[in-house]
Amino acid sequence: MTATKFAPHLEKHLDLEVLTELKDYIVAGLGDAIYEAELAHRELTLNCKKSGILTVLKFLRDDKKCQFRILLDVCGVDYPEREARFDVVYHMLSVQLNQRVRVKVKCADGDAVLSAVHVFPSAGWYEREAYDMFGVKFEGHPDLRRLLTDYDFDGHPLRKDFPVEGNVEVYYDEKEKRVAYKPVDMPQEYRHFDLQSSWKGMTGNAYLGEEAAVDRNTFDADEFNDETEEESRA
Amino acid sequence: MSNIITNDPKAVVEQGMEQMHEGLQNDGFLLTSVESAVNWARAGSLWPMTFGLACCAVEMMQAGASRYDLDRYGALFRPSPRQSDLMIVAGTLTNKMAPAIRKLYDQMPEPRYVISMGSCANGGGYYHHSYAVVRGCDRIIPVDIYVPGCPPTAEALLYGIMQLKKKIKGERVFDYAERDAMKPQYAYAHGEKRPYTKLEMHKG
Repeated sequence: MTATKFAPHLEKHLDLEVLTELKDYIVAGLGDAIYEAELAHRELTLNCKKSGILTVLKFLRDDKKCQFRILLDVCGVDYPEREARFDVVYHMLSVQLNQRVRVKVKCADGDAVLSAVHVFPSAGWYEREAYDMFGVKFEGHPDLRRLLTDYDFDGHPLRKDFPVEGNVEVYYDEKEKRVAYKPVDMPQEYRHFDLQSSWKGMTGNAYLGEEAAVDRNTFDADEFNDETEEESRA
Repeated sequence: MSNIITNDPKAVVEQGMEQMHEGLQNDGFLLTSVESAVNWARAGSLWPMTFGLACCAVEMMQAGASRYDLDRYGALFRPSPRQSDLMIVAGTLTNKMAPAIRKLYDQMPEPRYVISMGSCANGGGYYHHSYAVVRGCDRIIPVDIYVPGCPPTAEALLYGIMQLKKKIKGERVFDYAERDAMKPQYAYAHGEKRPYTKLEMHKG
């Protein structure tokens, strides 16, 4: 550490010891409700049991040594290979401590997580968005409607098995004089990129059960190299 | 009347002014066709509707602000479709917005014109493969002028508006059949299959 700090009270959150102390305090205070607390990249993550989420949020909000009074975000993450498919992630901020904490809950497809609306009113729209994008239900939410997608939208677009082009597209029906829907009809397929080479494309969507693309390159190297090999032999 | 023999626009304008002056001095009146008078009036007071959807709207505001100043061209932004002649679709048109843009277009009195501004409005642009975006606003409303760019500069939009004025000045006002034939088309009329065949995927 350098000898002089510009604003030591502001740099407190960079101090790993303080964060470790906070972590131990939270783990001791919550006990059974969380089953794992990680500290990585100076960020504290609490993996929480689904039933204990409200206890955890209330503790983090009300405890004198925590005071995480702002719920910044509630979002979802999709891990299609996992049995409990979704993560619901809560990000919280304590202005008093200048600290942040992340709380994660696992949730299976079709299951419901307890709504945080009555602990943090700001959770209302965040949970609606998570429901819209992933289809995670929130028990006790007063108005769990879709937030962003089109009216009567089918599916949850941020799930890994949702086709990025969607299922329907709009057009103006001149006979009926209204904007109508029809199945998606793309003139050109979406181009998947292999990160190793910009020349190699990927062919299948692994999450849709299609053949994974890593081996099957659309670029045929043999065909390309034939002439040059012969030339080199000669 | 002397024939115009030069292509220099400045000289053409000077010559025209001279003729006009002469006509007014000698006869006290000017002769023109009703059609060109009507078109001159329409092109000279093109009132666009304020319809910014995304970042293109910022460039549209720039075109309206003091540096480029659309007011000089008789283009005043109107808050209501019922007072507008022109809709500038400035930004990404989403599926959810599509019925609204159609309703606003239907509320505009004829003759009405549409400028599609930027890649997103022209053909979906960056969001072409998105589940939520209309792949070109010409699937919903007929478009007169497409302004390319992401976003187009204020000058580009201004140029588009000038092109539209040119188009209006060449319109037939009273020949309805020809006027209708000149109307812009939808990308997909009646939702029929696209006319071109499916392209192969990129192979490298």
